[in-house]
Amino acid sequence: MPTFVYMTRCDGCGHCVDICPSDIMHIDDKYRRAYNIEPNMCWECYSCVKACPHQAIDVRGYADFAPLGHSVRTIRDEEKGTIAWRVKFRDGRVKNFLSPITTQPWGTKIPDFRNEPEPSDEMRNSHLLAFEPKYIRMDDGGLHTLESNKLSLKAGGEYHESL
Amino acid sequence: MKAYKTIVEDNIDILVAGAGLGGTGAAYEARYWGRNKKIVIAEKANINRSGAVAQGLYAINCYMGTRFGENNPEDHVRYARIDLMGMVREDLLFDMARHVDSAVHKFEEWGLPLMKDPKRENAEGLAKGAYMREGKWQIMIHGESYKPIVAEAATKNADKTYNRIMVTHLLMDEAQENRVAGAVGFNVRTGNYHVFKSKATIVGAGGASNIFKPRSVGEGAGRVWYAPWSSGSAYGLMIEAGAKMTQMENRIVLARFKDGYGPVGAYFLHLKTYTQNGYGEEYESNWFPELEERVGKRYLDVEASHVTARPIPTCLRTSAIISEINAGRGPIHMVTMEAFQDPHLEEVGWENFLGMTVGQAVLWAATDIDPKYINPELTTSEPYVMGSHATGCGAWCSGPEDLSPEEYFWGYNRMTSVSGLFGAGDAVGGTPHAFSSGSFTEGRLAAKAACQYIDDGKAEGIVVSDQQIADRKEEIYKPLETYTVGRNEIVAGTVSPSYLLPMPGLQRLQKIMDEYCGGVTVSYMTNDKLLSMGMQKLKVMEEDMEKVGAEDIHQLMRAWELKHRLRTSECVFQHTFFRKETRWPGYYYRGDAMKLDDDNWHVLTVSHRDRNTGEYTMEKAPCYHLVNDEE
Ligand SMILES: Cc1cc2nc3c(=O)[nH]c(=O)nc-3n(C[C@H](O)[C@H](O)[C@H](O)COP(=O)(O)OP(=O)(O)OC[C@H]3O[C@@H](n4cnc5c(N)ncnc54)[C@H](O)[C@@H]3O)c2cc1C
Ligand code: SF4
Ligand code: SF4
Repeated sequence: MPTFVYMTRCDGCGHCVDICPSDIMHIDDKYRRAYNIEPNMCWECYSCVKACPHQAIDVRGYADFAPLGHSVRTIRDEEKGTIAWRVKFRDGRVKNFLSPITTQPWGTKIPDFRNEPEPSDEMRNSHLLAFEPKYIRMDDGGLHTLESNKLSLKAGGEYHESL
Repeated sequence: MKAYKTIVEDNIDILVAGAGLGGTGAAYEARYWGRNKKIVIAEKANINRSGAVAQGLYAINCYMGTRFGENNPEDHVRYARIDLMGMVREDLLFDMARHVDSAVHKFEEWGLPLMKDPKRENAEGLAKGAYMREGKWQIMIHGESYKPIVAEAATKNADKTYNRIMVTHLLMDEAQENRVAGAVGFNVRTGNYHVFKSKATIVGAGGASNIFKPRSVGEGAGRVWYAPWSSGSAYGLMIEAGAKMTQMENRIVLARFKDGYGPVGAYFLHLKTYTQNGYGEEYESNWFPELEERVGKRYLDVEASHVTARPIPTCLRTSAIISEINAGRGPIHMVTMEAFQDPHLEEVGWENFLGMTVGQAVLWAATDIDPKYINPELTTSEPYVMGSHATGCGAWCSGPEDLSPEEYFWGYNRMTSVSGLFGAGDAVGGTPHAFSSGSFTEGRLAAKAACQYIDDGKAEGIVVSDQQIADRKEEIYKPLETYTVGRNEIVAGTVSPSYLLPMPGLQRLQKIMDEYCGGVTVSYMTNDKLLSMGMQKLKVMEEDMEKVGAEDIHQLMRAWELKHRLRTSECVFQHTFFRKETRWPGYYYRGDAMKLDDDNWHVLTVSHRDRNTGEYTMEKAPCYHLVNDEE
């Protein structure tokens, strides 16, 4: 179905509602728990599954081509910086996978430019973006240009394909 | 009808409408150059998991590696132009390629795990620290958290991030013709009306899925390759504002694992898997002589491709699959059974899907397909309209001063033909093969240019009347009103003579696009007659759109998504009709002009929809190519 929610696990916290890119996880008025209101607009992106603190959400493959009796479960751990997957086939075989999701503590490595000195007028008038030209050339020179690379742009169908 | 609050955010310098990869790059870079500027993001979903990268990516598909001595920007331009059968904006591509590495290096600093490959340093003599290559342009990543990471760069540097705002219209300046003044939309949860008055607007609202009838049906209709929430809003917003568009005929059809639409890039490039027909035979080369004849040796020279690393255009390989299936020798299989015997490659194969298309892993689990023992099926997808993958639909934008010839330059990098309106990622036309990193880079380029635009005083004296704001508000909520009134006529159910709900509306659109504009059920075939009829049907549909009804705020979002998709589709029809040749066999075929025609059509197509009359004008724009100065 995409996603569905187990009645006994969901406490209605709304994390899934907050994150779903398709806006289809809603809280049921009567039960005060979440459910997928529009399964045919679900991408099986697992954003809600990863966000649920109680593992209350699961995915059952799309009915138009996926037989019943399988599961793909995941636990995403921000503190450890990993995501674990468990793939269970219809016939019972299981495969496990573990991948890193970040190499840095969350929320620490991205600067807020408001706290940094202003770029110079020279930089403003150049074609450089923030922190360039560092790393964008082998020789640490400036930006690539048509001139530096001995190129021109010519109109029309006449050009030679040399790749 | 409930009275919704109007919330006005005034005095914005830079508004980012849609914050996927392009929009996040824009917000980040805007702060670098505009320390005191007011930067605001309006995003339809939650910026931490929105857009095409919501579930993550397993590769960064555009990375030069210039620092390691791998590729120069012009190499990438040449690659993209071969792949797109010559039709690209080489100024924009060169510009993207010369900056893209600096974005990728920042991602790494921010914590995105890029895979390294120390072996390459010795084997290929590269500088230290070289990344694991999937292919010549792609590097491999553990990118489950790609989107939350770039989202942080954006939110940290924006003054305000509004999540859950569906932007429906751009605001237009009433003091100066053809100048943008911000945008309006509504909160898809509270229903409140949001007005953003801004000096410059960067549209990063992404490409379009679900325009053509998808192969999946019923409950599975959300299993499209590009995300179901990619509603063509970038195009809908910009076309409606009168921005010129380019290459909108250049939709893409992808070869993907059947049903799950799991990507094949890592499989072909890194795992070295290959395809065969249902009878275990190699089939591609059988179709190439005929294709070579139709497109000309210049675009498909099989012999040359054998000898050199000259790539075979994506569309032509797709075409070979379509032809083989139509010849009755399907299904096409991906031969995974060899590669998957290597446990490392097997892990890469699975993690590739878990990292960006979990649905494919779900499908394999459900059908007991272990690619180690079974070669899975491939298929060709329904067409998608977007501008950052192996296709270049989007707005006609200015290039940078130091690269662009005069036909491509009108003052500010990535500015559309509407003053103050910029684009990034899928929104920008003629720049295929930007992918995630290139889209982010385009956002950065647009943001720097938008800051300059404001500093040069180009946004002075903008006037937005209360009338314009009130008119838009009325228009936005009309589907709720239409529903409320019409609902009283009927007992129950979804069928009404007075309104059309968004989902049946979407299905009508998809049927028209599919059958008249070259979708799956007609094997991607169309012609001038079909296109004319399709355009006629779309006109009638446009009339019916006046009667689209929405039961609640969620459906109101679907209604506006449909309107954006419709506007996009109309433009796709216009462009497809205009280009009288089959430039990209495999993406679509014009039965009345099956050959590629370089004498008449070695040009970019540019459309303009008049904001007041809705009439389109089409023109040809010259296609400029990079040449070596020695040549
Ligand atoms: C399955 C898949 C695999 C891919 N694999 C790779 C890969 O391996 N490597 C790679 O580099 N690239 C890959 N890509 C491509 C890459 O994801 C895109 O090129 C890139 O995300 C495009 O960026 P964008 O900013 O134009 O659009 P998006 O990232 O889609 O962002 C669009 C944003 O606009 C918002 N929005 C939409 N409409 C509105 C509206 N009306 N109002 C407000 N906001 C709105 C959306 O919510 C979203 O946040 C893949 C894409 C898919 C779908
Ligand atoms: S996140 Fe989990 S527990 Fe919270 S509402 Fe959603 S399903 Fe229920
Ligand atoms: S899997 Fe994705 S699209 Fe489906 S309900 Fe969860 S978050 Fe929404």
